[in-house]
Amino acid sequence: MTAPSYASGVDTAQGQLSPAAGPRGFAARSRGEARAARDSRARSVLATYPHWFYLPAAVVFGLFFIVPTLLSFYFSLTRWTLFEAEFIGLANFVEFLGDERLMLGLRNTIIYAVMTSGLKVLIALPLAVLLTSRIRLKTLFRGIVFFPVLVSTVAVGITFAVLMQPTTGLIDTALGVVGLPQPEWLGNPDIALFSVGLVDVWKGIGIAMVIFIAGIMSIPEEYFDAARLEGGAWVRFRHVILPLSRNATFAVILLSFIGGLRTFDLIWTMTHGGPGFASDVLTSVIYKEYQAGFYGLSTAGNVVLFVLVTIIVYPLMRFFNRRELDL
Amino acid sequence: MHTITARRAILAISSAALVAACSGGSASPSGAPSAAPSAPASTSPSTAPASQGPVTLTYLVDDSQNTKDTAQALADAYTALHPNVTITIETRPGGTDGDNIVKTRLATGDMDDIFWYNSGSLLQALKPADTIVDISGEPFIPNIDPTFITTVSQGNQVFGVPSGTALGGGVLYNKKVFAKVGISVPKTWAEFEANNDKLKAAGIPPVGATFGDTWTSQLFVLADFYNVAQADPNFAADYTANKAKYASTPAAAAGFGYLQEAHDKGWYQKGYQTLKFEQGLQQLADGKFAQYPQLSFVLSTIATNNPDKIADIGFFGMPGTDAAKNGATIWMPAATYIAKTSKNLDAAKQFLAFIASTAGVDAINAKVPPAGPYVIKGAKLPDNTMGAVKDIAAYIDAGKAGPALEFLSPVKGPSLEQICVAVGSGQEDASKAAADYDKDVEKEAKQLGLPGW
Repeated sequence: MTAPSYASGVDTAQGQLSPAAGPRGFAARSRGEARAARDSRARSVLATYPHWFYLPAAVVFGLFFIVPTLLSFYFSLTRWTLFEAEFIGLANFVEFLGDERLMLGLRNTIIYAVMTSGLKVLIALPLAVLLTSRIRLKTLFRGIVFFPVLVSTVAVGITFAVLMQPTTGLIDTALGVVGLPQPEWLGNPDIALFSVGLVDVWKGIGIAMVIFIAGIMSIPEEYFDAARLEGGAWVRFRHVILPLSRNATFAVILLSFIGGLRTFDLIWTMTHGGPGFASDVLTSVIYKEYQAGFYGLSTAGNVVLFVLVTIIVYPLMRFFNRRELDL
Repeated sequence: MHTITARRAILAISSAALVAACSGGSASPSGAPSAAPSAPASTSPSTAPASQGPVTLTYLVDDSQNTKDTAQALADAYTALHPNVTITIETRPGGTDGDNIVKTRLATGDMDDIFWYNSGSLLQALKPADTIVDISGEPFIPNIDPTFITTVSQGNQVFGVPSGTALGGGVLYNKKVFAKVGISVPKTWAEFEANNDKLKAAGIPPVGATFGDTWTSQLFVLADFYNVAQADPNFAADYTANKAKYASTPAAAAGFGYLQEAHDKGWYQKGYQTLKFEQGLQQLADGKFAQYPQLSFVLSTIATNNPDKIADIGFFGMPGTDAAKNGATIWMPAATYIAKTSKNLDAAKQFLAFIASTAGVDAINAKVPPAGPYVIKGAKLPDNTMGAVKDIAAYIDAGKAGPALEFLSPVKGPSLEQICVAVGSGQEDASKAAADYDKDVEKEAKQLGLPGW
């Protein structure tokens, strides 16, 4: 979780400083040259500023991130109440990893993350293509698609829980009017997780679309001119937009995948991990352990989550970074 | 929690301003009889007797209608008698979310002066000896029924006074529906099954469930405890000592079997997996289903929302194997406790004395229809008490009632509600659920540090 945000922080710093180092040319450069330029730029930045410039950020980061993280590693090895702690070695991890509910939660987490990040790419990319083309009311439509992002997740969760209610909810009532089957969106253990996932996609599509729009807009006009000579809209999409918005695609996948792995608020407000344990994800299992007063166990769960997210996301990020395009 | 700190800060600032204003105002006209200019400011509030000075007590209660109304009735009656006292009621969610808030606020020293919380097993998890004021020496303790005292005690210390009524746990039923279908109150599970077949044949869902509020799923298991105790009188003690398990005690595992049977035979109403409990109460009052395994505190909600239909609602204890031994499981009232961090200890104790008196009971009765019997000596149920509550009182008068397991043992597994939902919605079978619950209980016992686990 931390690694990406930290890394992106560094990227932003470079991005902000880049004008001083000279505007990036549009002409294609070989990857090696680009990296060399970036590295030397980073080195000159390090040399230009005194180290104590980093101090305020380091203090905040240390106090609110590193210290609590290290403390949580320790407390995951104890059985603690809010008042005292007893060291019990790895017993919490044995208990936590031996819990079959955890395995279910783990499976659900992966399903949820893959499903939401996949759908977001599949829906947001065509939308972004549409909303960067020359159509009327483009800004209005962008606004409409982006709007759900602005609403609090908890409010979205509660609203959709009401809309998806089988007897009085708007969705099933509407389906009933036109004679379609009325599924129990959140009550049926087999589909509850997917219902929540769909709402997550609805809510997150705006951000994904904005990233894609930014990606498409940053493609130099020359490529589009070339595409126009070669053929029509399909060539434009298949051979210009799709390959050249790869950075945006990676960003969307990475962000929404991490978001999916850590998802909690929407699941909790819509199903509480239920019915029973059917839509439990890692975070809701951990939260319930904490709620029950099993603090040591839930701390161990958070350590497991931390390790897991790192194991999954770090290679993914390395892979994406290596294949990043310089336009 | 932020609002609290903010409010405290504002209080502190405004009272400081008040003191400053007083000292400024009084010092100049009276001349200089007092020595230092700062002296009047510090002495004037303390010279007044503690009981007369304005006191504000903050009171944290759960947000169920019944609790809010009861707490408000007590606060109103008490502040009418003691105009110098102001009681500010603050609400929190119920269930495990509420447990979390109470534990966190106690641990961080951010608790209100007094707070409303369960008696029995849940209290033990608060480490009461460290966080709650011991009131065992107070003169009002003898007013309280001794069976209640054991549920708010640890060692020789006593922590709370009963707030509201004891409750019956069992099945609420719609008498009109029973009359229409021509069935009577069942005493055994076989009779219950036969009734349900007739109800189903008449097109009425026999049993209501509201898994949208997961806590409501547990009654088939928890309210069956009177029957468990009849079959195995030592179960509570053995269970606490890690010698008896749900999975290996047939009488105890029966409750999970009931949940499974209800699902397998299609007894529940449509949409039960996501319905909320107040919707369930409305359906029961409207006769949309016939029976609702519940705790009797919900009766006052029906009385408030459907005053014309409350007379249709009756109560019976969970049917068991033997008609002669059938009875009801009783939940002890919640209690009001004083946080150790309270700065208004005297005022808080006086308010607790009022709660534990017949005057307090009268104040509640005037505003909230009682949902069960009181555990304060000399307190009586009013004549217009709801029929279902009279049904519960009849069980107690006949000696056919006993406390629920959570008042006899400190161990209650926190995942019971989810496990019950899993069984009741057909995801898990009863024997696996009983074994799962045993594992859940083990975690809790270890966390509490009980001997033998």
